[in-house]
Amino acid sequence: MQLELSPEDAAFRDEMRTFFTTKIPQEIRDAVADRRELTKEQLVTSQQILNEHGLAVPHWPVEWGGRDWSALRRHIWHEEMQRACVPPPLAFNASMVGPVIATFGNREQKERFLAKTANLDIWWSQGFSEPDAGSDLASLRTSAVRDGDEFVVNGQKTWTTLGQYGDWIFCLVRTDPEAKKQRGISFLLIDMTSPGLTVRPIELIDGGHEVNEVWFEDVRVPAENLVGEENKGWDYAKFLLGNERVGVAPVGATKRVLAQAKEWARSVPTGEGTTLLDDPLTAARVAELENQLLALELTALRVVANSADGKPHPASSVLKLRGTELQQAVSELVLDLAGPDSLASGAGDSSALADWARRSAPVYLNLRKASIYGGSNEVQRQIIARTILGL
Amino acid sequence: MDFTHDDEQQALGEAVRGLLARSYADFENRRRTVADEPGFDEKTWARLAEMGVLGLPFDEEYGGMGAGPVEVGVVAQELGRVLAPEPFLASVVLAGGVVAAAGTAQQKGEVLGDLASGASVLAFAHAEPGARWVPSAAGVTAAESADGWTLSGVKEPVPHGARADLLVVSAAVPGSGTGLFLVSPGATGLARDGYRTFDGGRAARVALDATPAVPLGEAGTDRTSTVAGVLDGARIAACNEALGTMEVALSTTSGYLKTRKQFGVPLSTFQSLTFRAADMYVSLEMARSVTLWATMVLAAASDGGPDENREVAEAASRAALQVSRAGRHIGQEAVQLHGGIAMTAEYSVGSYTSHLTALDHLLGDGGFHLARLAAAVGGHGEVDPLP
Repeated sequence: MQLELSPEDAAFRDEMRTFFTTKIPQEIRDAVADRRELTKEQLVTSQQILNEHGLAVPHWPVEWGGRDWSALRRHIWHEEMQRACVPPPLAFNASMVGPVIATFGNREQKERFLAKTANLDIWWSQGFSEPDAGSDLASLRTSAVRDGDEFVVNGQKTWTTLGQYGDWIFCLVRTDPEAKKQRGISFLLIDMTSPGLTVRPIELIDGGHEVNEVWFEDVRVPAENLVGEENKGWDYAKFLLGNERVGVAPVGATKRVLAQAKEWARSVPTGEGTTLLDDPLTAARVAELENQLLALELTALRVVANSADGKPHPASSVLKLRGTELQQAVSELVLDLAGPDSLASGAGDSSALADWARRSAPVYLNLRKASIYGGSNEVQRQIIARTILGL
Repeated sequence: MDFTHDDEQQALGEAVRGLLARSYADFENRRRTVADEPGFDEKTWARLAEMGVLGLPFDEEYGGMGAGPVEVGVVAQELGRVLAPEPFLASVVLAGGVVAAAGTAQQKGEVLGDLASGASVLAFAHAEPGARWVPSAAGVTAAESADGWTLSGVKEPVPHGARADLLVVSAAVPGSGTGLFLVSPGATGLARDGYRTFDGGRAARVALDATPAVPLGEAGTDRTSTVAGVLDGARIAACNEALGTMEVALSTTSGYLKTRKQFGVPLSTFQSLTFRAADMYVSLEMARSVTLWATMVLAAASDGGPDENREVAEAASRAALQVSRAGRHIGQEAVQLHGGIAMTAEYSVGSYTSHLTALDHLLGDGGFHLARLAAAVGGHGEVDPLP
């Protein structure tokens, strides 16, 4: 049992810290710190700088831009990035389709897509969920029928995050309607400029439009865009979803926001020389959250320090479940710190009320999604009960 | 950075597990043992002594094994798994810890030697009526005369105070804070009323009336911070013990859900129950993480300087808070998911809940530690667990 990082890992952490705090434009880091929505250009710029330095896709095969890092180093890389308010590489590219193509794609697909995917020259969207297929993803109905050297795709995908920026979409489609549901699914790469493909924004309760519906009406897709084997798509999806679960609860970012929340609390006067941070109930709430986050971070470290490579550790479900709950709890704290000022969400910069307070309600409402996406927290409990407790 | 036990530590755990299984593999034995005085099995205590467990954290020159907090944690976990009632926490970690921290070399040699050999059970008489988990003494006062020191006042609850062969007592010393003393069981003016605690343990009311006492170490020094340090170390050991207890409470519950049938199906058919079991697992793992971390923080502390003491105190509070929340959650849910049978004394799970409840209130519950941490939130930005 030993707490300290090895000298090599400690040096690595310093290297990451220095990079993330010096190489990414300050205005991008400020936007993240202020919890503002980033523009497409900002996200592309940031990822391209990371990629230039070999820091965008470290978990990929080395041949395609990965680094031969331990799980612990990947954890440190991720945590330092969040700590420095650097936006993480686009998940759809770096954590989802990239590893699928790298693992199951053929040589042509790897050469065609991987470098551009790492560099965010291609912006990928995820075509998985459908209106009738959320937790029960395998019941999806978007179909792909073979016609000569093309597939003809019909159907509808939903919850397509940032689909409005998407160049390509990776889709789970039904290629064998007669087979048992998981067995008739394929993994298809689709150019979003294809005729018949329409993206429609969905307005969310936070007032934003970060997700979309994507409609497919007789969209013709070259058969060479099939990844791996036909009707084996569910295996690739499970691989992808396992990876999706690992990074989806951002401990570092939540820690950072909680530390900021203390500063925000300190900025709210409550009487003669006292601030909201002096209020015992607020202080207790903060202390409880800090302790829970500590527990979560230490659990993540236990998982990465002692994980066998390749497969996601069963405790990753614990991390997703608890991580998203804490992310939500911190956003709720910030909302409560804002108090009446939170109502001014629509006010512009001429407002007399602080930025962070005006943003607190949209952020809180937006984060209600966190316990739902990436495998809902109910699904995570099911996974824990089944695979860890044997129930 | 490594959260796993090395081969020696694992071997220690396995050896202690095997030793305790002789007495407590059968839960009914535990029931019988705690029903009679002294509330633990003297033979098991002797076997623990033989194995070196009772001298585990003390220097070899005093008859100990020279081991550290990690090893103490390993032993504590094993005791917690079977609810072994032997007073390892009370005698070795708490009372022994105070002697190791404050005694003269001769006192350490004699007292810790007898403790380690199993010849003498120690108790730390520190808690006082009306005081809640403070490191100082107030209700028992010390007076010095030409004939030596005497103590007067009441200590309660004193874990294993009635069985103890030697009492380590804290007392308010006029003009010099809190002092530490040794009191022999036959001393004049000493009255000990022992009783069961609700989890099958033992405690006592210890009344002193001009009772002769020998100062532990140098007289006239304020030992408040020494006591605070030992209490924090004991908190971390108690968290380790609670981990063992919580782990078995959960595994017993999972086992029950798989085997118990109602409405023609095992209870594990019902998601409302399996989801609650999953939540128990999450609580357990979160508590384990903070407990292992706090154990390592304590193990890394070596000079006993003020900065280190603060770090250890913070780590102890963090672990205690997490374990308090988890212990309550797991303890309550273990009973609920079993239904009526867990309410019986004969079935084991209710005793697990009881013991978690007792550990929680022995050294400071969640509310106490939350208050400690809340008072300090303004003094740091992010909490970083790695040095």
